[in-house]
Amino acid sequence: MTTLNDTIKTAKDSQGAKKTKRIPPEVSILLVLVGISIMFEILGWMFIGQSFLMNMSRLQIIVLQVSVIGIIAIGVTMVIITGGIDLSSGSVVAMSAMIAATFAQSSNWPKVLSPALTDLPFFVPILVGLAVGAMAGFVNGWLITKTKIPPFIATLGMMVSARGVARWYTDGSPVSGFTKEFAMLGNALDRWMPVVIFIVVAIIFHIVMRYTRFGKFTYAIGANPQAARVSGINIDRHLIKVYTIAGLLVGLAAMVAIARIKTAQAGMGLMYELDAIAAAVIGGVSLSGGRGRIAGTVIGALILGVMLSGFTFLRIDAYYQDIIKGAIIVVAVVIDQQRQNKRKKTT
Amino acid sequence: MNSAAVEEAVPVNGAIPREQSFEYVLEVDHVRKEFPGVLALDDVMLKVRPGSVHALMGENGAGKSTLMKVIAGIYQPDSGEIRLRGETITLETPLKAQESGIAMIHQELLLMNQMTVAENIWIRREPTNSFGFIDHSEMHRMTEELFERLNIQLDPEAEISTLSVANRQMVEIAKAVSFNSDVLIMDEPTSAITETEVAHLFDIIRSLRKQGIGIVYITHKMNELFEIADEFSVFRDGKYIGTHASSDVTRDDIIQMMVGRSVDQMFPKEEVELGDVLLSVKNLTLEGVFHDVSFDVRAGEILGFAGLVGSGRSNVAEAIFGVTPADSGTVWINGEEVHIKNPNDAIMQGMAFLTEDRKETGCFLSLDIQENIQSAVLHENFVNSGGFVDQAKLNEESEELCRKLRVKTPNMEESIENLSGGNQQKVLIGRWLLTHPRILILDEPTRGIDVGAKSEIHTLVTQLAHKGVAVIMISSELPEVLGMSDRVLVMHEGHVTGILDRSEADQVSVMNLAAQ
Ligand SMILES: Nc1ncnc2c1ncn2[C@@H]1O[C@H](COP(=O)(O)OP(=O)(O)OP(=O)(O)O)[C@@H](O)[C@H]1O
Ligand SMILES: [Mg+2]
Repeated sequence: MTTLNDTIKTAKDSQGAKKTKRIPPEVSILLVLVGISIMFEILGWMFIGQSFLMNMSRLQIIVLQVSVIGIIAIGVTMVIITGGIDLSSGSVVAMSAMIAATFAQSSNWPKVLSPALTDLPFFVPILVGLAVGAMAGFVNGWLITKTKIPPFIATLGMMVSARGVARWYTDGSPVSGFTKEFAMLGNALDRWMPVVIFIVVAIIFHIVMRYTRFGKFTYAIGANPQAARVSGINIDRHLIKVYTIAGLLVGLAAMVAIARIKTAQAGMGLMYELDAIAAAVIGGVSLSGGRGRIAGTVIGALILGVMLSGFTFLRIDAYYQDIIKGAIIVVAVVIDQQRQNKRKKTT
Repeated sequence: MNSAAVEEAVPVNGAIPREQSFEYVLEVDHVRKEFPGVLALDDVMLKVRPGSVHALMGENGAGKSTLMKVIAGIYQPDSGEIRLRGETITLETPLKAQESGIAMIHQELLLMNQMTVAENIWIRREPTNSFGFIDHSEMHRMTEELFERLNIQLDPEAEISTLSVANRQMVEIAKAVSFNSDVLIMDEPTSAITETEVAHLFDIIRSLRKQGIGIVYITHKMNELFEIADEFSVFRDGKYIGTHASSDVTRDDIIQMMVGRSVDQMFPKEEVELGDVLLSVKNLTLEGVFHDVSFDVRAGEILGFAGLVGSGRSNVAEAIFGVTPADSGTVWINGEEVHIKNPNDAIMQGMAFLTEDRKETGCFLSLDIQENIQSAVLHENFVNSGGFVDQAKLNEESEELCRKLRVKTPNMEESIENLSGGNQQKVLIGRWLLTHPRILILDEPTRGIDVGAKSEIHTLVTQLAHKGVAVIMISSELPEVLGMSDRVLVMHEGHVTGILDRSEADQVSVMNLAAQ
């Protein structure tokens, strides 16, 4: 007669014992970031004779560079959490930038590309850029859910086509000569504007992923689409939303980029998709879906930025930079795998 | 048992009885569903009374799960009608079914493993605060309240991937109950849990029945039918055979209805001349999971493993097979120490291991039956005179096995995902038999398998023992362990608490050792 209680007790003991609070994975990634920074600091004193960290303008450049990739990486993180992937971000940056830029031109620029549409208020090009990005994301999501082709293929197609659109739109010529208003944006807040936007976006989506149903659905679909479906989640509709938001963020990143560098080119954003995916993966987002956090991706993006800046600071050849960067991405995934295996073993 | 406590804790739905102007809470009429090459449901019917448990019986592939998925809005019927509380209803999506008051526990675990217990239970129904944000502490509280009501002791914040299969099943049960639905479908809820949890589940079912809920209960276990079901319906090959009160019939009547023939004796245990010790395990330890496990298995012997959920039976098997190698201790095969670091080493040593969870660690869901059944085979067994793999012989033997195991499928090229749960299980058993193992470890081998095929599998295992194979059989079904084993090893919280001979092993002696 006591067996039921005993089982319950057993079950409780075996499960309850493991109730120890796990250290969030972000902490270990943060330690990596600190470690890398300290490493560059030491190497800096050893080989260059100056400080890596105690240099305000270098820090500013790092975070400015990180901001554009970081905004993209936040959308990519959500896509990867659903179990998908987005290869189109870099090309969509170029497409959004080119199209939006022609709406930002000032009429006293000699090489105006859209004569009828000059001197528009600053928010017009921004809205156009966001809309183009969101449209591209929507098309990605629509293709994936309606035609059932894998995300890899759908976004690969978009990657090639969007780059084509960016080139075709102005026949390959760059667009510049922005209105004062639009150009001001890039200089706003003593040039910290992109960073502020990045932080705001990160906070918003941290909250979205953690405290809204939208976020829970995103994790659920990546963890087990079948289970998500029988729980009453409309998977297709949700995936389209996620890809559209990811596209919107790419459009936003494109606007931040052209407002800062004050020109748009069809070659912009080359390989950004890979940097964004790398930031997410380094930040502990699992490529098999269902696991990962915005905070991790933000730190992942910072790690990439610090490395890039550190290599340049140490005057390491660009070829070596790429080799080392590639190796670090692989190591990040290996560490993630090991962490997951360990988790399994304790079952 | 503890039923009083459970019933007390569950508030019987208010003092006002539900207004009922209908005799049946759920009625299914003339429903037909065809898959390519398979007529899964052929003009079937089902009528479930409120406040009753209606069992659904039938062989593997009879169409039980298909009908349940139609009722839960997952499949659309080709024709037919569903009436809920007397009113005709169409269920286009799972959401519509949930909102109409239908909840379902699926045959296979359908949980988001990377998420917590609470997140899984309340997905899409998370409590929100006035700003529309999810209130995690309220969600935690709701989960604890639900668990208290159902007498389940699990940490709401535990990640599903850290739970045992049985505990995951309890989460599924709690989730289904949390909908407070009028119709609750349970598709083989007891296939992954031990008898003590079954008793617990039955307490829950009884109190739900008292609240006027109509429960559809699918099982292959006859004793459960008599214990919990008020009525039952039988399906065979997609056709409706009949409905009866469970008090009116005998076990043999039901089998006759299900199978259309009578099934031979249940546990065809035969005395086998035991050979030398084939597998010997000494002081095997995996920190925090099991300790100091030692036992021998002789050629031709069937060693049963009994114990409660979480007692470490499956973990020991996984350690021997190299899935998660042990921290210390030794394994000896034929008197020689072996070092098995991964499953490949184990297979090379002539071991075979049927795992407990067919979906997670068994089937390659995207592959067909042929590919699945042949995926563990060592091709040395199938090499022809020219030195090439004799694919024809391999295919022939695979098909032969599928016939023997009664796998119900249009052909060998059918994707395994489209097979019924029990038929998937049969294919996995076939996979390991095809490797011609010396040592066969079976973890819940007859999980979800119908009575007919079950005795078929027991016969096959007995035949293997005859040929000198050493068999370890882990099973939560005590009658199966007792019926098939030469000796029974009992575990409790990671320790071996006793090894009983066939003559001294019975329900009481095993439970005493298992619960200590
Ligand atoms: N999605 C599908 N595609 C093709 N065939 C299917 C599909 N789902 C089920 N079937 C077939 O329909 C028949 C009925 O399957 P179902 O799962 O309903 O059986 P069941 O009675 O639940 O059996 P079990 O006791 O093994 O769970 C089987 O022959 C199966 O192969
Ligand atoms: Mg079934």
